[in-house]
Amino acid sequence: MKPKVLILRTAGTNCDTETAVAFKLAGGQTDLVHIQNLISGKVDLSEYHILALPGGFSYGDDIAAGILLAVEMRYKLSDVLEKFVDANKLIIGICNGFQVLVRTGLLPGLSNSKSVEDTEIPQQTTLAMNTSTKFECRWVNLNTEISQCIFTKDIKPNLYLPVAHAEGRFTAPQNVLEELTDNKQVVFRYSTDSPTSTDTVAYPDNPNGSDNNIAGICDKTGRIFGLMPHPERFLTKWNHPRWTREDLSDEGDGLMIFKNAVDYAKTTFHE
Amino acid sequence: MSNMVNEFQILNADDDELMRISREGTLSLNLTEMQTIQSHYATLQRNPTDVELETIAQTWSEHCVHKTFKCIIEYSEPEKQTERIEGLFPTYIQRATEEINKPWCVSVFSDNAGIIEFDEDNNLVFKVETHNHPSAIEPYGGAGTGIGGVIRDSLGTGLGAKPILNTDVFCFGLPDMAYEDLPKGTLHPKRVFKGVVSGVRDYGNRMGIPTANGAILFDSRYTANPLVFCGNVGLIPRDRCDKSVEPGDLIVAIGGRTGRDGIHGATFSSAELDDTSENLGSVVQIGNPIMEKKIVDTLLQARDRNLYRSITDCGAGGFSSAVGEMGEDTGAEVHLENIPLKYDGLAPWEIWLSEAQERMVIAVPPENLDELMEICESEMVEATVLGSFTDSHRLQVFYEDNIVGDLDMGFLHKGLPQIVKQAVWQPPQHTEMQSRDNDTDSYTDDLLRLLASPNIASKESVIRQYDHEVQGGVVIKPLVGINNDGPSDACVVTPVIGKSTAVIVANGINPRYSDVDPYHSAAGAIDETLRNIIAVGGSLEKTALLDNFCWGNPDKPDRLGELVRAAKACYDIATAYGTPFISGKDSLYNEYSDTTTGEQRAIPATLLISGICVIPDVDSAVTMDVKSAGNQIYVVGNTYSELGGSHYFGIHGYIGNNAPIVRADEGKQVMETLSRAINLGLVRSCHDCSEGGIGVAAAEMSFSGGYGMELNLEHLSVGEDIPYNDFRLFSESNSRFIVEVDSGVQSEFESLMDGVSFSNLGKTIESNQFIIYGLEGNCIVDTTIETLKEAWQTPLHS
Repeated sequence: MKPKVLILRTAGTNCDTETAVAFKLAGGQTDLVHIQNLISGKVDLSEYHILALPGGFSYGDDIAAGILLAVEMRYKLSDVLEKFVDANKLIIGICNGFQVLVRTGLLPGLSNSKSVEDTEIPQQTTLAMNTSTKFECRWVNLNTEISQCIFTKDIKPNLYLPVAHAEGRFTAPQNVLEELTDNKQVVFRYSTDSPTSTDTVAYPDNPNGSDNNIAGICDKTGRIFGLMPHPERFLTKWNHPRWTREDLSDEGDGLMIFKNAVDYAKTTFHE
Repeated sequence: MSNMVNEFQILNADDDELMRISREGTLSLNLTEMQTIQSHYATLQRNPTDVELETIAQTWSEHCVHKTFKCIIEYSEPEKQTERIEGLFPTYIQRATEEINKPWCVSVFSDNAGIIEFDEDNNLVFKVETHNHPSAIEPYGGAGTGIGGVIRDSLGTGLGAKPILNTDVFCFGLPDMAYEDLPKGTLHPKRVFKGVVSGVRDYGNRMGIPTANGAILFDSRYTANPLVFCGNVGLIPRDRCDKSVEPGDLIVAIGGRTGRDGIHGATFSSAELDDTSENLGSVVQIGNPIMEKKIVDTLLQARDRNLYRSITDCGAGGFSSAVGEMGEDTGAEVHLENIPLKYDGLAPWEIWLSEAQERMVIAVPPENLDELMEICESEMVEATVLGSFTDSHRLQVFYEDNIVGDLDMGFLHKGLPQIVKQAVWQPPQHTEMQSRDNDTDSYTDDLLRLLASPNIASKESVIRQYDHEVQGGVVIKPLVGINNDGPSDACVVTPVIGKSTAVIVANGINPRYSDVDPYHSAAGAIDETLRNIIAVGGSLEKTALLDNFCWGNPDKPDRLGELVRAAKACYDIATAYGTPFISGKDSLYNEYSDTTTGEQRAIPATLLISGICVIPDVDSAVTMDVKSAGNQIYVVGNTYSELGGSHYFGIHGYIGNNAPIVRADEGKQVMETLSRAINLGLVRSCHDCSEGGIGVAAAEMSFSGGYGMELNLEHLSVGEDIPYNDFRLFSESNSRFIVEVDSGVQSEFESLMDGVSFSNLGKTIESNQFIIYGLEGNCIVDTTIETLKEAWQTPLHS
């Protein structure tokens, strides 16, 4: 059985194609679906096992990154999404997709109210403007934390992935940050190329100034995952900025994240 | 006639009156053209409506029809008899491509972009545009819409290509210029710089297209006339490259609404700027990249379902040129009242001419309309039927049932009078600079100064603001090396993720040599482009070129003389290397005049050459950063005493007279042989040797790779006697590369290079020392790679 992946598009989505390629390489079957076709009911989300929110500038990131798509999802797709989540299915949000998940409250999903149908914004964390105040595109080192996250099961302790964003500074109240750590919801932290040090990681290793160097988090169940770096941009060794000078394996660090999702769906939903 | 339509009273106008009408209407039509129009309407026994005259002005504008490249030129230079050139474009550009006659050229000079073969499924389209005048007045909007416009060129080529790569090259005034020296009514170069970069960044990033190749140049003569070159490469299925229009097809506009923005852009860009141009705000549009992204998403689906027969973009001249061009061979009928407006109150001619952004026009067979509309709805894009293509061979424009324009397609497209222009070339004489060997025994400071000069210094602070990773296909990035911060010669893209077939994109531009001779500047730009392509693993065999001329006022014989020189070089060098031109564009009238003082400023004669090369296997690509210690460092290609227009002379306040010459026979052999060596895996790193000569190229390789170097100039292979250390170190001779070779394959490399001039300069070393010995074996450069890198990184850091 090939798990079905719905890659959600809307105006300004622009990493949908490479995200689809990543899931295909991982063994999934993918459909690029415009949100209009979910709202109109033309496409039924429940027929899918994985929902992916790719990177881009949804609705131009007007007001703030990801907020308009988040509001649209909360008000027009709340039931559909809730069923999807309750059915133990997977959601991944990359870059703009992460910003959307945080603004729907699906991440980190700490509030006890059923976030998606809650009328007041259940947002507990945010992704703010980089401390550099600029859009920046660069490769970063990541430490994999011990977490519930399905997507990072058995993944390398250190990954190398590109970031490309202006609003990626993960920030939250102290108590929320502690709760995230206690719940093992922190999945990736920005790191250095000598990832022994646990003290604060300075710019540009921490490219946006995120609290506690947080680059990616999951919900309590580990089935909803969001991150600022782009795993779909490191699928083959040729993506690596130093492949002409380093001895690398043909498979990129990013692919494992998509494989884990597809494998989980296979074992959990084998009809 | 609708009361919103006026007539231009030209029938009985005298010459002065005709020119007044042209000037006050920003029509940019000269007297001969106005007279031609006058006599055409005399035969019709009526005056033209504003819709008609404006349409003719757009269609005949320099911007749309490139008069200067098609007109007859009488060219003279000292000790030669006057030469009659039957059009620069047919004689030097198009002819070169025809004679080279590459089978993989799919479409050249006919569509919105050139098309070449890529792999068994896809072709590539490539187009580079300029957006100079708008960027001078409103840098952010001007640059953003420049990128937006060239992306629509790819989308408007064949039946529409998917944009996969943006390139951008900028020329600005000096960032540190004093405010009091600023020409009246112009923006400070720093502000133009910041605005242009932000404009390109915000548009390109939102579109999700990697911006991975470009250059930034600085020269005081660009202060009033900055140059903004925007390029786009697109991927298109092989069976979607042809277009046609059938009578009865519906004319459908897709995308943004129409407003008063950008009226007269085409004619405006065909005139000089002056200190009042800043008041022409309405000619600069503001872009909406998300709208354009929606159009791309919509049209590529419609393309794959075969829903339309032809497509073009709404650029200069708006609907008037888009519909006019598409219907040239058939005829078209348009109903302006159907066009959705941003706000009311536009006169019919304004609707017809508006250059509002993010609009495409397609020819849709009526039976496909519903399916098309369905896609548009689900993508939330507005589409409108404007009218239909006819077999009348007339361009008929209606507004609320009144005919407001009725033009004969023949006159519109073929009626432009053939003009004759005068061109003169007078070689300048500059003071020569002598070698400084007698004054100094160390060139360390000169090397550091060169690395810190704005044209050479690191552009990382700009490059990082562009997303060069989106789409997952950029595999040789603009920044390379052990710390991802060295200057790559070119970018390499695998548009189909996981497939090894790749495309290399590079550029060459060196206006400084134009101060000596635009011929050598143009020749050098082609050579530099090809060097950049070879340096990352490309070959001459599958390389195509694009030309973008940015010049002063071509009505002035000396400026036109420079243009002739450059065009001649394009023919000579392109044919010698066997690399055809597939597309090009010119932006003339890049001059500024102060209406009070009457002072005139022209930009330096500037030719941008862009190159595109297809390679079968990306694994054979190399980068410019040295890879390990103990490897051999070679210079491949002969060095000559050629420092005219060089950066070394520049930092000492000289221009000189010996600009680097392209010796294409030598160059071709060097490039073909080196290309073979690289593809055999004998080369660890390779860098184009250009601005700042061997000194700068070797330093960049060294600090980008993190290993020092120990080099010796004594045994440098030279094409003529060069008894000076500084001339050997900083000469900018063409067709040269610095190459790193593993000592293990040294002999293999050397025997393969047999027949090509090359010399072993020395080694890479474990330590951070960067040392160069001169002719007497004395140390002329002694520093560390950290010092070199800091000098190179600091100037444009923020």
